[in-house]
Amino acid sequence: MAAVEGLFTLDTDEPRLIGGRARSRGSYFFPKALAGSDPACLGDEIEEVLLSRTGQLWSYTTGEYAPPAPYVIPGDEFKPYVVAAVRLAEENLVVLGQVVEGVSVEDLSVGMDMELVIDALYSDEEHDYLVWKWSPTPMSENGDD
Amino acid sequence: MDDIAILGVGMHPWGKWGRNFVECGEKAARDALADAEVGWDEIQFVSGANSVRCGYPGYVSASTFANALGFTGCQLASSYAACASGATALSIARAQILSGVCEVALVVGAESTPKGFFAPNAGERHEDPDWLRFHLVGATNPTYFALYARRRMELYGDTSEDFAAVKVKNSRHGVFNPNARYTKEYDVDDIANSPMVADPLRLLEICATSDGGAALVVSSLEWAASRGVDNPVRVSGISTVSPTYPNSVIELPYLASDSWAAVGDETMTFKDNIAARAYEEASVSPEDLDFAEVYDLSSAYELDWYEHIGLCERGDAAKLLRAGDTALGGRIPVNPSGGLGAFGEAVPAQAIAQVCEMVWQLRGEAGHRQVEGAKVGLSINHGMFGHGSSVICTR
Repeated sequence: MAAVEGLFTLDTDEPRLIGGRARSRGSYFFPKALAGSDPACLGDEIEEVLLSRTGQLWSYTTGEYAPPAPYVIPGDEFKPYVVAAVRLAEENLVVLGQVVEGVSVEDLSVGMDMELVIDALYSDEEHDYLVWKWSPTPMSENGDD
Repeated sequence: MDDIAILGVGMHPWGKWGRNFVECGEKAARDALADAEVGWDEIQFVSGANSVRCGYPGYVSASTFANALGFTGCQLASSYAACASGATALSIARAQILSGVCEVALVVGAESTPKGFFAPNAGERHEDPDWLRFHLVGATNPTYFALYARRRMELYGDTSEDFAAVKVKNSRHGVFNPNARYTKEYDVDDIANSPMVADPLRLLEICATSDGGAALVVSSLEWAASRGVDNPVRVSGISTVSPTYPNSVIELPYLASDSWAAVGDETMTFKDNIAARAYEEASVSPEDLDFAEVYDLSSAYELDWYEHIGLCERGDAAKLLRAGDTALGGRIPVNPSGGLGAFGEAVPAQAIAQVCEMVWQLRGEAGHRQVEGAKVGLSINHGMFGHGSSVICTR
């Protein structure tokens, strides 16, 4: 189940973030509930849209120490993780997310192609709690970059 | 915009005291009153910068500090704007003075903070970006600082050594500041040997959370003159602007930037606008500055500010640093106080502390950290969610 409902689809092949789009203005928002920063959207209808699941890496870093709650340590002990900010191809919107396990900062560089995947954020005896994460696009799809 | 006078400044030294924040605020306030030679019973208005980490008294800070000094029936306002709270409190005092509601006011902020990462409020709040970023991404404040730092490295060729050099510079300044928490002079090896927190930033490059208090006594120029103060340090500009849509940078605590698909481009950022408004109000330009106090939440973050306040073109900040321009004795010293690198952050007190430093500099009372002949200073920071904060002082 989703760690938080309504922010992304659970399509395991092609998951998408659920955002907002001002119908006449064309501005995008994520999450949809945060629509409102564009003053030209006042009174504009905000429709729910699925955002691009690919984009370019805007920047990246690591979390070497366990954050405080509501972060949940997955498993028995804290393991450092990688965080990416990715500029969505179509929407020109930069979105944060963890990077899938097994990718280190040495594997990343600003501008590289990334794609959205669904992965476990943490688990308990009943459920995996799912979230979106970023993954480098497999090389075969990465052109001559 | 008309100026107001700063008659007195006071600080409780920064540290990890385990002390009630009210004590820090009261000490700062009493020092500011003494410095101004103004009696507490003469203060007509108290503007408090709130703390959200010190229980209810922190939410009603003006009343809390007024109570500590003794209730006199003066007017009060308490405000919160995260790291911008101090500048916001000063802006309210200025508005009261310039509108004639009061002539002389006290501005106070203080905090005692827990050790470690700042955490969001309790509860499960799916529509609070501050909650979502911790829960879904594990994005702490240093996560954001590190994203900006990494981007500098990849876009402009800045290096880890550049970032460490910021901390080294500020630690050298902080040695001379009796109110600083860290008065050790660090070298680049100390920084390289400290643990990585958020790649590429190491522990010694990330602002600590501190306890401290700062206060200002401010008045109309006429009231200052009536007390025989004809050449006070003046507040000539205050910026408390919001971002302008679209802001292409992911700001704390959001999960996403604005979209620039419909309008704008990637070069539009919030932090440029903060300084622009302060310059406009004060009718000064970056070339007029003698020094600046900027929010070095991380070592690399200080370099971002050089560009946002117009000391150099975008991407050139490290050149200024490497040339020694921003060290004491250089062309435009930045953070002569030692900055957050030497202080850590006491949220509601920090923007007020920046103004205290400007006052000491403009009076020529900054001792070994004095910027020679300083006439114009700028302080800048921003509160998360989108509160701008910049003050320009002149003399």
